[in-house]
Amino acid sequence: MLLPFFRWMETTTMSQAIAMSPWAFAVIESMHLLALGVIGGAVLMLDLRLLGLGLRDQPVERVARDAHPWLVSSLIVMLVTGVLLFSSEPIKCYYSIPFWVKMWSLLLAMIFAFTIRRKVALAGEGRVKPVWLKVVAIVSLTLWFGVGAGGRWIGFSV
Amino acid sequence: MSLLPFVQWLANTPGSTALHESVYAYPLVESAHVLTLCIFLGLAVMFDLRLLGITLTTVPMSQLKQRLGPWMTAGFIVMVITGAMLFYAIPVRSYQSVWFRTKAVALVLAGLNAFVFHRTIDRRIEEWDRDPVPPRAARRAGARSLVLWTVIVVCGRMIAYNWFDCDKQPQPRIVNALAGCVVPPEEGR
Repeated sequence: MLLPFFRWMETTTMSQAIAMSPWAFAVIESMHLLALGVIGGAVLMLDLRLLGLGLRDQPVERVARDAHPWLVSSLIVMLVTGVLLFSSEPIKCYYSIPFWVKMWSLLLAMIFAFTIRRKVALAGEGRVKPVWLKVVAIVSLTLWFGVGAGGRWIGFSV
Repeated sequence: MSLLPFVQWLANTPGSTALHESVYAYPLVESAHVLTLCIFLGLAVMFDLRLLGITLTTVPMSQLKQRLGPWMTAGFIVMVITGAMLFYAIPVRSYQSVWFRTKAVALVLAGLNAFVFHRTIDRRIEEWDRDPVPPRAARRAGARSLVLWTVIVVCGRMIAYNWFDCDKQPQPRIVNALAGCVVPPEEGR
């Protein structure tokens, strides 16, 4: 169903420029990777706290508020660089299972991060049972792991 | 002194060949290396940003160290082990890579930066533990760390590209010198 879109993507000037350039992909990929570090820290800091680990002397809400801007900004960099990387090889992506694993995980991870996870994290002390905080953290970590592992695996041809 | 004979010997060990030719082991090790970046580097970035007084400003520095330190250490250990395995799988090419060499130098500098931080301003942490913006020496250590880790990540990623590989001659003389390529004099540009 999406194949025509992927085919069109391949014909865009941006796609051609990145695919033709010897270094553009590598440079964009590096930025993607640097943002991965930041998003990893932002996600992990709050999820560890929800699990009762990491910065556990701080209120969940405090950690959530400090992590949020870094999650949002690194996510923006990830999305922009990610679209550029995708645009340079859309057909390869279309037929790549890891790519689709990553896209579905990403969609769910983003929805989860900005709805349930954020709501739970900002609910305030004692409003949500600790066990549910842990469930939220595990769901979040699992989804983001799917994004990262899927992403890395797009590059492998096994 | 050249380590070339050593890495050549390393490349000929059965373990190196097996890892190099494996269908799943190498990608798995590489994935672990990259994803552990989220644990080690992600938390290190938060730590450095706290040193710069940009985030977590209400959290005492000592608490950050105590609570995130063990995770960073664990992540770092995984990164070193998987990184060593990646090198072990492709020793000669990695050794003769300008990217790998730059990464190695930056790693040493990052270690030195951390060491100096712990030996100096970190010793007097109780004086500035709760300061939203730590003293200049601490901020500088944080900034240096961010720059060095950026270099490390970018160079690490670039190792995969063969632009400056020794078997792709002619290369500029500077590349051959930095990578330690063994080329007949007339081939160097």
